[in-house]
Amino acid sequence: MNRIQNAFANHKAFIAFVTAGDPSIEKTEETILEMARAGADLIEIGIPFSDPIAEGSVIQNANVRALKGGCTTDKVFEMVQRLREKTETPFVFMTYANLVFAYGYDRFFARCAQVGVDGLILPDVPYEEKKEVTSVADQYDVTLISMIAPTSKDRIRMIAREAKGFIYLVSSMGVTGMRSTITTDLQEIIDTIRTVTDTPVAVGFGIHTREQVLEYQSMADGVIVGSGIVRLLEEYKEKAPLQIASYVKELTGKSA
Amino acid sequence: MSKGRFGQHGGQYIPETLMNEIIHLEEAYEHYKKDPEFCNELAKLYEEYAGRPSLLYYAENMTKDLGGAKIYLKREDLNHTGAHKINNCLGQALLAKKMGKTRLIAETGAGQHGVATATVAALLGMECEIFMGRVDTERQALNVYRMELLGAKVHPVDSGTATLKDAVNECMKEWVSRVSDTHYVLGSVMGPHPFPTIVRDFQSIISKEARKQILEKEGKLPDVVMACVGGGSNAMGMFYEFIPDESVRLIGCEAAGKGVDTGETAATIATGKLGIFHGMKSYFCQDEYGQIAPVYSISAGLDYPGIGPEHANLHDSGRADYVAITDDEAVEAFHYIARQEGIVAAIESSHAIAQVMKLAPTMDKDQIIICCLSGRGDKDVAAIARYQGVQLYE
Repeated sequence: MNRIQNAFANHKAFIAFVTAGDPSIEKTEETILEMARAGADLIEIGIPFSDPIAEGSVIQNANVRALKGGCTTDKVFEMVQRLREKTETPFVFMTYANLVFAYGYDRFFARCAQVGVDGLILPDVPYEEKKEVTSVADQYDVTLISMIAPTSKDRIRMIAREAKGFIYLVSSMGVTGMRSTITTDLQEIIDTIRTVTDTPVAVGFGIHTREQVLEYQSMADGVIVGSGIVRLLEEYKEKAPLQIASYVKELTGKSA
Repeated sequence: MSKGRFGQHGGQYIPETLMNEIIHLEEAYEHYKKDPEFCNELAKLYEEYAGRPSLLYYAENMTKDLGGAKIYLKREDLNHTGAHKINNCLGQALLAKKMGKTRLIAETGAGQHGVATATVAALLGMECEIFMGRVDTERQALNVYRMELLGAKVHPVDSGTATLKDAVNECMKEWVSRVSDTHYVLGSVMGPHPFPTIVRDFQSIISKEARKQILEKEGKLPDVVMACVGGGSNAMGMFYEFIPDESVRLIGCEAAGKGVDTGETAATIATGKLGIFHGMKSYFCQDEYGQIAPVYSISAGLDYPGIGPEHANLHDSGRADYVAITDDEAVEAFHYIARQEGIVAAIESSHAIAQVMKLAPTMDKDQIIICCLSGRGDKDVAAIARYQGVQLYE
């Protein structure tokens, strides 16, 4: 059983996102350890990009801060290498195609395998373009996570059939960011996915409260929280890791 | 390999949320481009609204002054709204309307594409919202007001470098947020398939006309065809019908900004490398890690860190050559054509004129250059004055 499967084994997964290098690589490292201790089952680590077109303003600003702080792909790999000595929590990178392409697919995935990154989310690589990525990622046993959106409709089965690790179900139209209401009929999409695969489904985009976590964990196999966490980094900066730990405990129902 | 490839370039690198819409757009385009009613409607709009065919003008004064090849200018600046952008906007808006869309969104750099989109939206009774980098709204303030006059809402974009690439980012985000009633009128031969093909097809009217016109006037094909290149829509339109004519040399003129070695440049072929951005694989100005570079040019319309995938392929195959023109050279050409021909050309088009000034004197008198004069320069007058230290504001 690989690490991603562990995240979904016998319970609903809570997936936490953080942008690497915001405000510094050291703080990200500390934040990730705190989130793992606080109950995050899988951690999604954003490698900052100059033009993150899938992100709302909260995560976009985190990308800007991280790049200003000098974060690079190499520094993120080195951080993961250090973290792997301390935790077995599964890690999935979330970034954009150009960063992986520029690093070189082979070099990128070799490094993922070496430092212990289990998967990769690329919001700008849809099903039609995934082969150039998976043909290399598969060789290193790094999982490219498939995304399904409210508009996927007749594409759901095609995508789900080939999905590995987990399926990232985008809850809403638009970009990442906290939402008070999610109107998509997620149950219908999940039911369609279930007709072709048992691969776990995690819902992301807009989720930031305990009520939402419970609601979506009841229909899916996991939830992903991003902007709610990144917002705390923006607000508390150096002091954010402990705030984030208590937020994760609150969302996972582990707070006292 | 996915659809919409030009050699290794192109493709559809976009969020899953947009995939069905893009597929739907491709199906609709494939249907309507063969539909006689659609083609007639578009031809009528080109003729009676945009003022096509545009003139192929013999620039006699420039020809004599430069003392070499005969110079012809394809006068896209004389189109309604003052640039080639209207060709694409009319085509896409009509297509969007047939698809049942009621709202158009678009990015704009210099403002010409925004103005053309706003114009067509007004004509066809559609809602219109334009995304424009904050820096560009300042250097092209007149065009912002023109768009508002036409009933469009203009959103200044503050993210990143607050220029064209950031306007594209925000436009893509807006489209992902609201796709059912909205069509994204992409302004250049870039982005995910089918946009590079759709925009090229609508712009290829330029070379269709020019090829016919030069054969009528000169009885032979030109030796050189050239155009300025940002994303590359006027150049692709100017090149397309000449691509099979192997004797015709194709030259794209990129914006070198302060120079290709200065770091303050937008010359993608000269300084970029292969990458994946804005929905396509092509050449992009970027750093070693793939972060998109903050490009610079005096021209807001060429100030873009990438180039359309078909151009990237024409470069790879050697069918077209790409040269880089500095701000100084473009400004000099801006003045030159004004004084020689009485034409105030867009600063974008002036990049191509600068290359004409370099090349024509090296050619024989029986040789012919056609240069695409992609737009008029009224919008640039104040910015050029400021560039030369004259504090003129609109």
